[in-house]
Amino acid sequence: MSVSIAGVLPPFTPNLWQDIQAMLRYDFMRQALVGGTILSIVAGLVGYFVVLRHQAFAGESLSDVAFAGALGGAALGINPFVSLIVTTVVVALAMGGFGERLRGRDVAIGTVLAWMLGLGVFFLSLFTAHVSGRGTGFSGVTVLFGNILGISTEQIGTIALISGLAVLTLLLISRPLLFASLDPDVAAARGVPVRVLGLGFMVLLAVTVSEATLAVGALLVFALLLLPAAIAHQIVSRPFVALALAAALAVAFTWLGIAIGFYTGYPSSVCISLLAFVSYVVVVGGSGRMLKTTRKKGEAVRA
Amino acid sequence: MLIAPADTDLSSWDVLANIQMLLHYHFMQNAYLAGTLVAVAAGVIGYFMVLRDQSFAGHSLANVGFAGATGAALLGIAPIVGLFLAGLLAAVGMQSLNIAARQNRQSDIAVGAVFTASLALGFLFIHLSTAEYAANVYNVLFGNVLGISDADVRVIAWSTLLLMSVFFFIARPLFFASIDPDVAAAHGVPVRVLSFGYLVLLALEVAVAVQVVGVLLIFALLVTPAAIAQYVTTRPAVSILIAIALALLFTWVGLAVGYVTPYPVGFFITTFAFATYVLVRVGRLVRGGTINWGHRHVGGNV
Repeated sequence: MSVSIAGVLPPFTPNLWQDIQAMLRYDFMRQALVGGTILSIVAGLVGYFVVLRHQAFAGESLSDVAFAGALGGAALGINPFVSLIVTTVVVALAMGGFGERLRGRDVAIGTVLAWMLGLGVFFLSLFTAHVSGRGTGFSGVTVLFGNILGISTEQIGTIALISGLAVLTLLLISRPLLFASLDPDVAAARGVPVRVLGLGFMVLLAVTVSEATLAVGALLVFALLLLPAAIAHQIVSRPFVALALAAALAVAFTWLGIAIGFYTGYPSSVCISLLAFVSYVVVVGGSGRMLKTTRKKGEAVRA
Repeated sequence: MLIAPADTDLSSWDVLANIQMLLHYHFMQNAYLAGTLVAVAAGVIGYFMVLRDQSFAGHSLANVGFAGATGAALLGIAPIVGLFLAGLLAAVGMQSLNIAARQNRQSDIAVGAVFTASLALGFLFIHLSTAEYAANVYNVLFGNVLGISDADVRVIAWSTLLLMSVFFFIARPLFFASIDPDVAAAHGVPVRVLSFGYLVLLALEVAVAVQVVGVLLIFALLVTPAAIAQYVTTRPAVSILIAIALALLFTWVGLAVGYVTPYPVGFFITTFAFATYVLVRVGRLVRGGTINWGHRHVGGNV
């Protein structure tokens, strides 16, 4: 774990190149960087649509659902990955079925989420009763917060396969999906299958979130999904530029966060999330003052 | 007084004897007292949460409580103080990010950003504290309904009283501002102040309730009863009363079932609540075909 190794690690020196080399000498660091990069790219791309479609709550809920699904699988003795994917996809389809309209949708998501959390608690109590008999929530905490430094080589294979498929699908449907996200009514009138696209995107989101949750934990998944995309959305109004920027920012946060975590001994997911959050606050604060006019123009385009 | 030996056998159908058995122990009396207070406040606050479409904000504020409680434990201050301070900070953060990003009030990004930061801080606090803290984390996340002290009950009682009296005064303007912020603002209702004040009240309720039902499950008491109530009726006063009644019912039954089974109370509370929600929705579907959606959403401006 990152806690115990902190003492053995090389100290941080002013020579950056040497620092990077020192960092890359460790297997777990290389794996974390490779796995983290793949996940960041997917999260950035998918996240941009999450921001456009106002589905942050759905995205966050799905990672909590993944938590319940994984615990349920563990408690019932099913393969956690299978139970995780099945649970999140089913719940995502149900959420997508609530429709495209904003009002009232969040309430339905919240109600489902509340129950899923209750189920998670139930499975956790089953699970901890079986495993240790003590009522500690530590297993649950690891699922919630994960550990990017614990990514194994097999996991990287799975991540690469699923992420590759997800990115390919997303790029294939990106044009109609953009249209449907920005203006569902006009898109529907033009014959774009808005409803099918919405459901398809929810499945894509579910698969992305669940594979990533298993690898790096719910906290980091949501941070990478939302914040880079939110920053990109805030400063760029052209969709494809924003998509690329979101992915690039997600990768940058992940690399920096992992490096900071490596040299400070703090958990990497915390470093990545806080780094992204601070950047978002800075960008929002800055653009609020400087880009008032461009922003207004963007609003007018979207309205 | 109660003479019957309190064991965990509630198989008889003598309701009175069963209730006596449940309330035999002091910790169950406290659990029922605290649960009742929390449920009443959650019904009222949840009604506005659903009305304002701020379920995500509610969920986030509940999770912010996690950072507050772990941070308080780390710094050695009272959990409820840490919980409330964290909630207050989060409310400020959501409100100001929202205004800075010039989003409408339903912006989920500001909420999500604050949510991420608070989760990260909560995790950082756990990391910084010692390993035996794990059991405590479990309590913060999932609540410990059977470990409520008399002092806790007093704190909960006072803050519930405070919450309810504040709501008594702001209910009308808040309702107006929630249904139609533009018209309300035009009529001189301080919409922004109200929306910030509402977030603070939500944070206070979460801080109070976390000790009873936990960070993850206070949300269930907030959202589900209110969602059902707004499904059943559109009249505000009736709707609030239904939400309170349902929240009370779920809590009471959940506590009773949790007492006789080895499983967590929160699981039963959420399951009863969700089952009722599904029943109501299905019942509505069966009776009225595809419901007239517009009617349910009082001020559908999106």
